[in-house]
Amino acid sequence: MGHIGAQTWEFPRKPVIVATATVVGPKEGEGPLRESFDKVYTDLYMGEKSWERAERALLHDAVTICLEHAKINSSDVQMMLAGDLTNQIISSTFTARTFGTPFMGQFGACSVSMQTLGLAALLVDSEFAKNVVAAAVSHSSTAERQFRYPTEYGGQKPPTAQCTVTGAGAALIAHQGTGPRIALATMGKVIDLGVSSPWEMGAAMAPAAVDTLTCHFRDTGYSWNDYDLVATGDLGSVGHRIAIDLLKEHSIAPDERFVDCGMMIYRKDQAEVFSGGSGAGCSAVVSYGYLLRQLSEGRMKRMLIVATGALLSTVTSLQGESIPCIAHAVTIEREGEYQ
Amino acid sequence: MKVANGRVPTTKAAYRQFVKERTPGKPILKNAIRAFFVGGAICVIGQLIQMMYAKYLGFDAKSAANPTVATLIFLSAVLTGLGVYDRMGQWAGAGTAVPVTGFANSVASAAIEHRSEGYVLGVGTKMFKVAGPVIVYGVVSAFVVAIIRLLFDRLLQH
Repeated sequence: MGHIGAQTWEFPRKPVIVATATVVGPKEGEGPLRESFDKVYTDLYMGEKSWERAERALLHDAVTICLEHAKINSSDVQMMLAGDLTNQIISSTFTARTFGTPFMGQFGACSVSMQTLGLAALLVDSEFAKNVVAAAVSHSSTAERQFRYPTEYGGQKPPTAQCTVTGAGAALIAHQGTGPRIALATMGKVIDLGVSSPWEMGAAMAPAAVDTLTCHFRDTGYSWNDYDLVATGDLGSVGHRIAIDLLKEHSIAPDERFVDCGMMIYRKDQAEVFSGGSGAGCSAVVSYGYLLRQLSEGRMKRMLIVATGALLSTVTSLQGESIPCIAHAVTIEREGEYQ
Repeated sequence: MKVANGRVPTTKAAYRQFVKERTPGKPILKNAIRAFFVGGAICVIGQLIQMMYAKYLGFDAKSAANPTVATLIFLSAVLTGLGVYDRMGQWAGAGTAVPVTGFANSVASAAIEHRSEGYVLGVGTKMFKVAGPVIVYGVVSAFVVAIIRLLFDRLLQH
């Protein structure tokens, strides 16, 4: 109970994810998980005047729909934890302005979905909040224009590149109610094995995912057999393969239950998918829709979601720095399955 | 040289090798062939436009180059605005980037992108974000080459 092992939190009261919502853009809405999203926009601008406003609209909709599903008002929410990839996380802060709840902005790059989910569980389990919203959002164009090039620039990307997901995922965590339950969270350390190319984020993040995952297994005494599914956030096909090989070197080779959200969100024949999806919204929209449904619809009993983030900035990559990465893992169980 | 079983790469050098063995390479030959044909096609189109300006619009063979470049720039800007140029760029790579069309696309795409930040501090400041190095190093190298040529001429005269 409480802190176990080196980096893991065990939640004795197992906070409940009473409601979730996922809102995505056109490309995700044409992908294999389209049936799992609560709202799909066909316009990449979401009807707004700028990409930044579009990203806010995604997050705003996700939180609104989540609160509707939970049948509560924002005034009943004691804390909102949200994060994104924008400078100064403006998508999260400007959206929080609308809801008027106590707010703590979070930055974890693409790992922020599980960072916020783990923290939300901590607040609820320790009885410092009754209802907490945990959310993450990303937009392909805000990421492109901030980190890379103008969106209409005709540069050629390599096969190891990834496609930032346009989507927002929000979850409401409470002390009681019906829904999947959060049992454990393993918060990661910053890991940097020297990858410096922003076109190789999967390779950069794989060691962080493996570090958190192996730490989680050591701290809890769990193994692959205790989970029906272990999903990394956005390693992409290249990074995921590297993670599998790293796990083999650790003598804990995974099987087909080890998947990656970035590889699930797009079909290979969709335009410019490259190595797969990425972004703060990637793990959020895949986990809070499709993956949690495997639990609530009785197909799975327990899963581990390991969201991965690359903690670079536009300046660090120009200055020749390598990319430090992080991964946070949360264990989610089907209601009623375990005690 | 694969890392043997049970040896986790812990140093940056070992991990770099680990990653290299598992990373798909860029399809260089395919990219080169595509760039060759697309770049060539753009030049052929440019040549045809130049001949049209010379034949039908009263320019002589040399001065027709000016409106030709302007026309290619205009077409690139339109394709950039229509959202088509970046798709072509992903396919053709250097084929669309190297000719003047690439330069036009870099300026047009930056201008479009930063419109939301206002015309002066947005568009005006950031329009040459990608094209800046081309201008700076193009002018600097032209200057250096011109000086070298000047010195050569002087030396040969004596």
